[in-house]
Amino acid sequence: MELVVSDLACARGGIPLLEGVSLRLDAGAALVLRGPNGCGKTTLLRTLAGLQPALGGTISCPPDAMAYAGHADGLKAVLSVAENLHFWAAIHGQTGVPEAIAAMNLTDLADRQAQHLSAGQKRRLGLARLMVTGRWLWVLDEPTVSLDAASVALFGSVVRAHLAGGGAALMATHIDLGLNEAQLLDLTPYRARAHAPDGFDEAFL
Amino acid sequence: MIALLTRDLRLAIRAGGGFGLGLAFFLILAVLVPLGVGPEGRVLALIAPGILWVGALLACLLSLDRMFALDFEDGSLDLLATAPIPLEGVVAIKALAHWLTTGLPLVLAAPVLGILLNLPGPAYGWLVLSLLLGTPALSVIGAFGAALTVGLKRGGLLMSLLVLPLYVPTLVFGAEAVSRGAQGLPAATPLLLLAGITAGSAALLPFAAAHALRINLR
Repeated sequence: MELVVSDLACARGGIPLLEGVSLRLDAGAALVLRGPNGCGKTTLLRTLAGLQPALGGTISCPPDAMAYAGHADGLKAVLSVAENLHFWAAIHGQTGVPEAIAAMNLTDLADRQAQHLSAGQKRRLGLARLMVTGRWLWVLDEPTVSLDAASVALFGSVVRAHLAGGGAALMATHIDLGLNEAQLLDLTPYRARAHAPDGFDEAFL
Repeated sequence: MIALLTRDLRLAIRAGGGFGLGLAFFLILAVLVPLGVGPEGRVLALIAPGILWVGALLACLLSLDRMFALDFEDGSLDLLATAPIPLEGVVAIKALAHWLTTGLPLVLAAPVLGILLNLPGPAYGWLVLSLLLGTPALSVIGAFGAALTVGLKRGGLLMSLLVLPLYVPTLVFGAEAVSRGAQGLPAATPLLLLAGITAGSAALLPFAAAHALRINLR
């Protein structure tokens, strides 16, 4: 189980953001992406998750290995915490909802509708979803937004347990999760060079 | 897949899900038409098949724009696209859920509304049968329109403009089957064409809709 990315280029809204990105992630490892706002962290993660095509380069990863968690948590407001997790567990053919609820400290909220949760509680529920996907590689886009310090530490321990179980994590974050073993990758050097359209047709592509 | 269907049905039935909106619209339309046209029974009987079919079609259209837009807004669509079930299956299941919450209640309510419109006696069976065969096509074609416009601000209006012309064949053959039934003529041919449209769109459009979704997710 490994993710190997070589010479990847990706674009957002037709504008190339990153090029020449190469990285390798083995089981048990974590990689943290750093870089200023707008440098292409989200774009890189969405490209790796298969949500948008790459401009160039190759991504080599076992099929159905990634669990993506973006800015939005994918929660249904009128479903309860447990119902939301049961749905995603069923979609991925997994069990373990009570364990995920306990791990993210949501036990007291299990029967509450998602619309009545605070922003941080919603985020914890969105992160608990990762645990019921049964996926090997967690692709996380700013997972700690709106979490308090205790929840950040809790999530750090959940990620560490996932790594210890042979999983891997690739995340874009500005906050230190307390994962000392994680490698850092600064995306600033991979910024795509601006290039003028070659011709009339390309300007429209 | 079953989990997605039960989730969508549950979301539709819970508060704010919009279940029953299409049905209520259909009911109000069938009440308003006799008030506007007048109590002349012969005129009503003549226009009833067309009115009932146009009403069913507009009622279906009401809830279409929510089919993918809500999942797009809260990020579920991204997660479903990376889930192990194919996006084509997601589209098909969502169209099925839409039909179960919108189309099927219309089919069941149509005979009652036929009375309001003075629909001739022999036409009732054909009305139910034609709606049963035709409304799944409305949901599947609508799913394609909703997939095309997902992510657009005010996409619902554009979706109506895209989808309504595609509804024309279903409307023509559906209303034709009912009015032939009302006159006691054989109605098998329009019904077969209606079933053909439904089968064809259910077979092909989930693939087109899934492709449109992938492009809109970029």
